[in-house]
Amino acid sequence: MKQQMTKIAAVVILLVCAQYSQAQKVYATKTGQIAFNASSPIEKIAAINNQTDSKFVGENGQVIFAVLIKGFKFENQLMEDHFNENYMESTKFPKADFKGYITNIKDVNFSKDGSYPVTLDGNLTLHGVTNKVTATGTMKVAGGAPEMEGTFKIKLKDYKVEGLYIGEKIAPEVAITVKCKYQ
Amino acid sequence: MQKFNLYYAWLLLLAVAPFSLQAQVDLFAEKEEPITDIVTATFKTTRVVNGHSIENVGKGILDFRILHRFGQFSDGAYNLFGLDQASIRLGLDYGITKNWMVGIGRSTFEKQYDAFTKIRLLSQTTGGREFPLSLSYAATVIYKSVKNPTTAYVPYQSDRLSYAHQLIIARKFGDYFSFQVTPTYFHYNLVQTQTTPNDFMSVGLASRIRISKRVNLTGEYYYRINKLPNPDYKDALSIGFDIETGGHVFQLHMTNSTGMTERTFIHETTGEWGKGNIRFGFNVSRVFTIVKPKEFRNPAGL
Repeated sequence: MKQQMTKIAAVVILLVCAQYSQAQKVYATKTGQIAFNASSPIEKIAAINNQTDSKFVGENGQVIFAVLIKGFKFENQLMEDHFNENYMESTKFPKADFKGYITNIKDVNFSKDGSYPVTLDGNLTLHGVTNKVTATGTMKVAGGAPEMEGTFKIKLKDYKVEGLYIGEKIAPEVAITVKCKYQ
Repeated sequence: MQKFNLYYAWLLLLAVAPFSLQAQVDLFAEKEEPITDIVTATFKTTRVVNGHSIENVGKGILDFRILHRFGQFSDGAYNLFGLDQASIRLGLDYGITKNWMVGIGRSTFEKQYDAFTKIRLLSQTTGGREFPLSLSYAATVIYKSVKNPTTAYVPYQSDRLSYAHQLIIARKFGDYFSFQVTPTYFHYNLVQTQTTPNDFMSVGLASRIRISKRVNLTGEYYYRINKLPNPDYKDALSIGFDIETGGHVFQLHMTNSTGMTERTFIHETTGEWGKGNIRFGFNVSRVFTIVKPKEFRNPAGL
């Protein structure tokens, strides 16, 4: 009987240990914000998407962002139509995503509130074209809930986005801002 | 002894199992859900030529529209092939929600005032959850304000009103081709004679063909199922181009209709294509954002 008790205790302890070491937590959001600005001196061209799907693994920094191109809202409806129809061809390429790693995830202490600089490295797929991108930003930890913010720039021609007004009314280089609050 | 070994093997497995599960967390390998895509830009703007298209103006957008038709080619050189004359409708359209718009207009033809509402009921979707077509309902009321010639019958104000109810059924077949069918019921409060019916049915057919990224060919035809007794009235046929520039869509077209309200172009078109009673016309639209999308009300960093 005593031996039996010891065995059960051993199992419980092992199982509990196993659960603890499985601290590979996945942080996720479906309401992240991605905004871009392609304004030129002639025209303001900016859009916001508040339905960004993003996840990252606290342990190894694996990170993913995905947005629907049609989810980008412009101030001007017609501009939004042109963006979808003529530039992004969003029927053909409905989605853009980034898959990569937060390279310095080890520097982020998720149990201590603070602001940590982070670097993201990975592949951005946009308009059916995949390119390597690097972005820098900050990871804010407050009460265990991390919030990631960052910016990076892409050249439209790298993603084969073409059109009459690029380089004229539309800036050839677009600034992208990411802001995601994870749970 | 053997029992002991088995027991520890089992224990080990239990302990390792969570680890092996953990190794499988790979965000890149996660299955993607199919995306349901709402079809947009079936037509380039809210009118095909004279009649409604399936499209609405965006929420919070005010659209100022100038619809202009010159005179007929058949008027000859004296009237510079129609360019001396003009028939105009000035209008304001507004999007209350993404799927509901209203508008008012004033036409030179019969000094008509009109008001309409258009509601998107169903939207064509592709991908995850597919739906084959889009459906809207449009209702228009038209007030003919031109002074009547003095007759024995003194008309009531309500006699000047007429109404159109339209179901707009449209489908976009890829990027290059869209087609629309518009069954229309029309009611005149007052008609010329006692034997003339007040209610009329017609079917509109409309299409858009993409020629280039910025130019689309459009066509519109309204077939009258029953007609006003006047033999001068013909079916309306219009062909045009939608040209997209940065800020607006510019429409150029040829039509045999004089007026631009449902009353006039569906049931009272007098021109005949075969006789050269064709008018050159254009629609100019300029949009103003009245209510910004909610994303832009607190534009941090933009």
